[in-house]
Amino acid sequence: MTSTSVTGGHLGRRGLRRYRSLFLLMLPGLLYLLINNYLPMFGLAIAFKDIDFAKGFFGSNWVGFKNFVYLFATSDALQITRNTILYNIVFIALNNLLAVAFAVLLNEIRSKTGLKVYQSAILIPNLISMVIVSYLVLAFLSSDTGYMNKTILPMLGKDAVSWYNEPKYWPFLLVFINAWKNVGFLTIIYYAAILGIDVEMYEAARMDGASKGKQIFSLTIPQLVPILTMMVLLFVGRIFYADFGLFYQVPLDSGSLYDATNVIDTYVYRGLMQIGDIGMSSAAGFYQSFVGFATVLAANLIVRKISPENALF
Amino acid sequence: MRHTASTEGLGWRIAANVALVIATALCVLPVILLFMSSITDESAIVRDGYSFFPKKFGHTAYDYLSRQGLAILRSYGVSIFVTVIGTSVGLLVESMLAYPLSRRDLPGRNVFLFIVVFTMLFNGGLVPSYLLYTQVLHFKNTIWSLIVPNLLVNGFNILMLKSFFMSSVPDSVIESARIDGVGDARMLFLIVFPLSTPVLATIALLQGIQYWNDWFNGLIFLTDPKLYSIQNLLNRILTDVQFLSSNSLGAEAAAQVSTLPSVTVRMAIAVLGLVPMLIAYPFFQKNFVKGIAMGSVKG
Repeated sequence: MTSTSVTGGHLGRRGLRRYRSLFLLMLPGLLYLLINNYLPMFGLAIAFKDIDFAKGFFGSNWVGFKNFVYLFATSDALQITRNTILYNIVFIALNNLLAVAFAVLLNEIRSKTGLKVYQSAILIPNLISMVIVSYLVLAFLSSDTGYMNKTILPMLGKDAVSWYNEPKYWPFLLVFINAWKNVGFLTIIYYAAILGIDVEMYEAARMDGASKGKQIFSLTIPQLVPILTMMVLLFVGRIFYADFGLFYQVPLDSGSLYDATNVIDTYVYRGLMQIGDIGMSSAAGFYQSFVGFATVLAANLIVRKISPENALF
Repeated sequence: MRHTASTEGLGWRIAANVALVIATALCVLPVILLFMSSITDESAIVRDGYSFFPKKFGHTAYDYLSRQGLAILRSYGVSIFVTVIGTSVGLLVESMLAYPLSRRDLPGRNVFLFIVVFTMLFNGGLVPSYLLYTQVLHFKNTIWSLIVPNLLVNGFNILMLKSFFMSSVPDSVIESARIDGVGDARMLFLIVFPLSTPVLATIALLQGIQYWNDWFNGLIFLTDPKLYSIQNLLNRILTDVQFLSSNSLGAEAAAQVSTLPSVTVRMAIAVLGLVPMLIAYPFFQKNFVKGIAMGSVKG
């Protein structure tokens, strides 16, 4: 009798019964994924409908590409795409550059206490919720009581700035805040990778009379390239997705900043929750889901070429 | 030769320390400013702005919180409930799904793995998910809306658990337990779990932090302030203040502003929202660094 074969090949009735308890264990998780993840995927079809709550999802009329025609006829589509992609490109480049630099520097610290203090400090921002980050930012940027307007700018002899009304500062502010929150986490990842480099390679380099700088640039950094590539590709795969909290909460949803802060995620949210334009909002969401899917697939294909064990599939 | 090498090493070490001291200051100072403003005298803030070295201290904010803190206490309770229930149920359901996936003999294993991985590649986004949870499942203004949508189970955690179960629970242990007649559920709880505490701790921490810090579910699903988590309460206070101060609604608005928590009280609430994270922090750091070292936090 091969019906109870453990290779998972052809299974008879008795074979499946033997695995019944395993299937039962999986059931709650699979059910959750079905409801939370798969049903909304089919729900993307509402982008082609004129949703009428009285008629429900199935009763609402199909309108073809009307929602998309409206969306792409406005300047919004271009603005949110441009903002989302450009911010992400800058985030990816700057955060990884800083993280590699800090990881290399962290590796030069000999004092155990120093190492511990630095490591602890740079990870703190990662644990702070975006709501609290927006409080921190407000403490600095509030126009009448903020640290910038009350202390730093007067010290420099400059006039107070109405930070939450001037979009021109926000590309820099958002890049800075994003780096503040995420570089520490990345630094630790790269630092762990540096610790994994064979010590003998450094000894050999020292024997050859390689200076510290030379060791860093021709040994440490080349050894980091594989994991760096992986991380960058991972982020590139998510290039159509923005951190909602950063772009909505931190600028306090200030209307005069939308030029600099509107991204696909905030646009979809405002369409749905504030303006009530479900058609436009779902069209933008549909666009994000599919273009996002394509970039994730492309990034993963490249990862699979470089290092198959790191690919998602 | 050796001399130049060591002085050069010293140069790098000094540069590294300088750069890292600056980074440390940048990371820690905003949090200190937040804390200092919560213990500053209210009138000093209005006059001089937020300051690292307040001219006048005050503990009115914390006095106010201890007297008037019912809404805060309540939202604190909500946050704790959501974090504890969400993390434990999530971890349980994720492990129950990950364990069968870790068994190479599971029929249809690749199909189930694909079902999990695909959720990490493609999603329906906000609109369909919001409509499903509000129109079909009627989650609006329930505590479950803070726990279930998007946070409870995620593919990344399932894959991390699966890899750990595969690499750290020997097949021979599973096999001999099966010969002894141990069922799959008991196997998971009595044999696999005790062998997997490092990964369970790492995921519990990651998920716990995510629940404690989440405010998005509350933002879209809650209109009833009774169910606000601490993050939602903080968010609400901020938007109310912004709304009232940016709209010149005259005397009525001014009267409403005076009923809102003052600047120092707001900062004190933010400090309270941060405290559990600072308590969890050493555990997080230990497990996070360890997690990376054992390669379970896959890049």
